[in-house]
Amino acid sequence: MCTMIAHQVQIMGRAKSGLEWFEVREANVSYDHPYDLPLEHALNLDFVNEALGPGARVAVELSVDAARQLVKAIEAVLAQADQRGVLEDVPVIAVPAHIRQ
Amino acid sequence: MAHTYQTDQYEGMIAETVTMRGHNGDTIGAYVARPLGSGPFPGMVVIHHAPGWDEWYRECTRRFAHHGYVAISPNLYHRDGHGTPEDVGAKVRAAGGAPDARVLGDLDGANAWLRSLPYVTRKVGIFGTCSGGRQAFLAGCRVKGLDAVIECWGGRVVQSKEELTPNQPVAPIEYTKDLSAPILGLFGNEDKSPTPEQVNQHEAELKKHGKQYEFHRYDGAGHGFFYYDRAAYRQEQAVDGWKKLFAFTEKTLR
Repeated sequence: MCTMIAHQVQIMGRAKSGLEWFEVREANVSYDHPYDLPLEHALNLDFVNEALGPGARVAVELSVDAARQLVKAIEAVLAQADQRGVLEDVPVIAVPAHIRQ
Repeated sequence: MAHTYQTDQYEGMIAETVTMRGHNGDTIGAYVARPLGSGPFPGMVVIHHAPGWDEWYRECTRRFAHHGYVAISPNLYHRDGHGTPEDVGAKVRAAGGAPDARVLGDLDGANAWLRSLPYVTRKVGIFGTCSGGRQAFLAGCRVKGLDAVIECWGGRVVQSKEELTPNQPVAPIEYTKDLSAPILGLFGNEDKSPTPEQVNQHEAELKKHGKQYEFHRYDGAGHGFFYYDRAAYRQEQAVDGWKKLFAFTEKTLR
């Protein structure tokens, strides 16, 4: 894209697309042109599973302020959970969708 | 528009996806639109923007055909997988964009494809917007045998050293001396990529090397002001931009 500002982080998690959940293995974070948000540039979050092809993607496009608020909220929730001693820092095991409940 | 037609004239067009040889001889997809008839017509390579090989670019390709050009829009993301243009485009976005070397190989292939056709004249232009504007300028400097370059709001023609990446290792402005065709540039003065200051640098470099250029800068417009499907669309500036574009191609390619 026009800024080419993009980072990728390996993750383990699940994302919902339509009625289906699927395993996500990468999160792509970019500050570049969004597809739907009516801004020239946005903070774009793509939760993907590259092994499943380009269509395995859950996308969120945020304004800068919204992105900053989201980061703060995530940090605050994790800190609160840590304080209460309920943080489960256990990696999610990758399980193929067809054998999950 | 530069191309006027009469209500009683015959008009026809064919538009379809084809395959062509791109970088390294790879087979890639392309969308082609051409007027019916033996022509011969000038050719136009249409470079899709960073968001992908999408509907706007299909329509843009047909627009060139409507104005009497054989137009081909290669899928520069062909090797990145298939899916909706958005999903494939998002994948390329995450990878830092398509590599310049591969893009140039694909654009060279598109030019060669056009030149192999019996109904194409010896004149071929290249058009692109956004990252495609940058790539159009780059191609004008690096690909042999182009007769006109149309660069619309090419972001990152001017790049600082910090902005260089493995995929885009050289700032296109560095190649200005090698530009081998007249160039038309359309820019919005509210754009952040390229900024008006970067457009100034781009223009100064063209002037320094004695290149034939024509830049138009629009007030009240930012990035992507041709895109009628996005908030950036600016009707008045877009209409004038298309008018200037076709005046330029009529002059350089007919």
